Amino acid sequence: MTQPQVFQYDRAPAGPDVLLEVENLTVEFSTEDGVVKAVRGVSYELRRGESLGIVGESGSGKSVTSLAVLGLLPRTARIKGSVRFKGEEVLGKTENEYSALRGKSIAMIFQDPLTSLNPVYSVGYQLSEAVLAHNDVSKKAALDRSIQLLRMVGIPFAEQRVNSYPHELSGGMRQRVVIAIAMANDPDVMIADEPTTALDVTVQAQVLEALEAARAETGAALVLITHDLGVIAGHADRVLVMYAGKLVEKGTIDEVFYQPRMPYTLGLLGSLPRIDDTGRERLTPIVGSPPSLLNLPPGCPFTPRCPIAQEICETDEPELVATDSPQHVAACHFHERLVGATSADLFSTTSVDLEPPAAVALDPDLEVPL
Amino acid sequence: MTTMDVPAQTTSQATDTQRMPVISVRNLVKHFPVRSRGVLRRQVGVVHAVCDISLDLFPNETLGLVGESGCGKTTTGRLMLNLVSATAGEVRYSGKDLTKLGHSQMRPLRRQLQIVFQDPFASLDPRMTVNEIVAEPLRIHGLYGQAREGRNKVRELLRTVGLNPEHGNRYAHEFSGGQRQRIGVARALALRPKVLILDEPVSALDVSIQAGVINLLEELQEELGLSYLFISHDLSVVRHIADRVAVMYLGRIVETAPVEELFLKAAHPYTQALISAIPLPDPRKERTRKRVLLVGDVPSPVNPPSGCRFRTRCPKFANELTEGERRTCVEQIPALIDRGVGHQTACHYAEAVKLI
Repeated sequence: MTQPQVFQYDRAPAGPDVLLEVENLTVEFSTEDGVVKAVRGVSYELRRGESLGIVGESGSGKSVTSLAVLGLLPRTARIKGSVRFKGEEVLGKTENEYSALRGKSIAMIFQDPLTSLNPVYSVGYQLSEAVLAHNDVSKKAALDRSIQLLRMVGIPFAEQRVNSYPHELSGGMRQRVVIAIAMANDPDVMIADEPTTALDVTVQAQVLEALEAARAETGAALVLITHDLGVIAGHADRVLVMYAGKLVEKGTIDEVFYQPRMPYTLGLLGSLPRIDDTGRERLTPIVGSPPSLLNLPPGCPFTPRCPIAQEICETDEPELVATDSPQHVAACHFHERLVGATSADLFSTTSVDLEPPAAVALDPDLEVPL
Repeated sequence: MTTMDVPAQTTSQATDTQRMPVISVRNLVKHFPVRSRGVLRRQVGVVHAVCDISLDLFPNETLGLVGESGCGKTTTGRLMLNLVSATAGEVRYSGKDLTKLGHSQMRPLRRQLQIVFQDPFASLDPRMTVNEIVAEPLRIHGLYGQAREGRNKVRELLRTVGLNPEHGNRYAHEFSGGQRQRIGVARALALRPKVLILDEPVSALDVSIQAGVINLLEELQEELGLSYLFISHDLSVVRHIADRVAVMYLGRIVETAPVEELFLKAAHPYTQALISAIPLPDPRKERTRKRVLLVGDVPSPVNPPSGCRFRTRCPKFANELTEGERRTCVEQIPALIDRGVGHQTACHYAEAVKLI
């Protein structure tokens, strides 16, 4: 390498402390059936070096929120609100302006590495492409840099692997290549959208390790989107809980995991079977399914599944209000009632779906003779 | 069934010698041929999917079969129902060796051995109503009876799995994932089986939905005295639902034990790595946990490593063992050795470690 200093990571804090500010972001899609309100007024900020988890079930709008930040949504999407990166408005930028931002300032790691990597180019080509997009260096230097990146994310024999094609690598390796591409340009923010969902647990542990290595190396702030509360517990500093396109709870992981103030969060934690749980008590599921984002009724969207719902919940959608600390906010009219409550206090250990049916045994005549 | 009035806890704690297994699998082997491309399609190799597996499923018990993708756990489940033919070994059920039976001989037994598939979107026919889906096994086995009688049976089955029988005229696509999986369970229960093979039944579901299906399976087991083979990659679900657990790696069982024993005293390095890789939804514990990280990926089952199949990724092999000890791992296939209380480990240098 002729200019090794080109790739020195800049660890010194520069610019403002808050990197990313999302304010009242709404995303709507017009469909034949009507308007789908995928994101309904989400606000958060991401500080330098922090790791922010976004958790929610499928269809809660957690991915759409991040795609909107990077301008990756289709043109049919109606995006309102404000997204500021280092104080500068990002929404409404042209495609060229976005290109300068993507990868360089904000990098994205997608869920499925088989679709986010190009099957007809070698890993080294795709890594070099990312390096060359934002740096004026020779192809040789870019390839050397690619090998260095592969080593950082823990890929053995990086000099040989750089010539491999994505299909020659295992799922865990592919995802590590995607992480390497994301860290290629020393971004300030990395957004990881379900980075380990399709992977086996031991491979998931390796990939999360690579992600931590990437963070330590670049000093980037991380937005970690996942449905796995365990991953959030181990890799995030703060967490946002999303339900039906809205933030329903926000706080540090300790606040949200140990003192949840929104029945949904409490129910989510209670419905998880735990590997450290010796008891054989029944789990407490949240009955029903999330609402359709078409024609959302007024009021709190969790009302039909909420065990403590009152009349007011059907008419007024609660705002995020501060609970035990100003940073720990929850969208529930009755968040004070949840102080010290466990999921078993609220949710029952039911096994039915839809309306509760009467307990009926199987027809005894149905006994099958051998 | 005689075991129905015995509480589940006592049956699962009883020693294996006192109980008669419902299904017992002995030295089961399945090799899939790898064929060359082109016209001739000569056999050029063999995928060692399942190698010399022995396990027992006891009445009213849940046996968890865990392992990562490609370790042969689904193939084991299908072999046990004779859905794929075994290369060698036997599967004994009520005095018969299922691997020797043909299609017509299997059919009466299929009433008692049923399976629930992983993907509730692919396993239900999109052109059939829920009533038709649940009635199909009854019709095939001639148990549907008169129209009214059959309809009542279907309604009761839907009620049993916690679905509203009024919705029986709807199609599968109108239901959520959790509800679809319940339809799959109702279909499997229609013939009142004794054994259910559950192949990743909750893996495709959101967490809040998954809990309801797990509760349902537990409840049905208590009420109907079913035996479950619960195939899963999710150890937290297995810890919750299983009485005994068998851990598979590259086609072999590496460790089997009663559930508490396995999770508190895991002795095989692979089991230890699996347990420590499960993220805990508890920030304080998660920050202070001991971790066993594996390197590399699962080797190809076409060319499995000699001796102990786990040695290529084993942290113990790499960091702790001496040259002489390593030679044993390379040369000798470790046998499943009983460490007491039904805890068997296939490791030359097994050592119990507390990880949770």
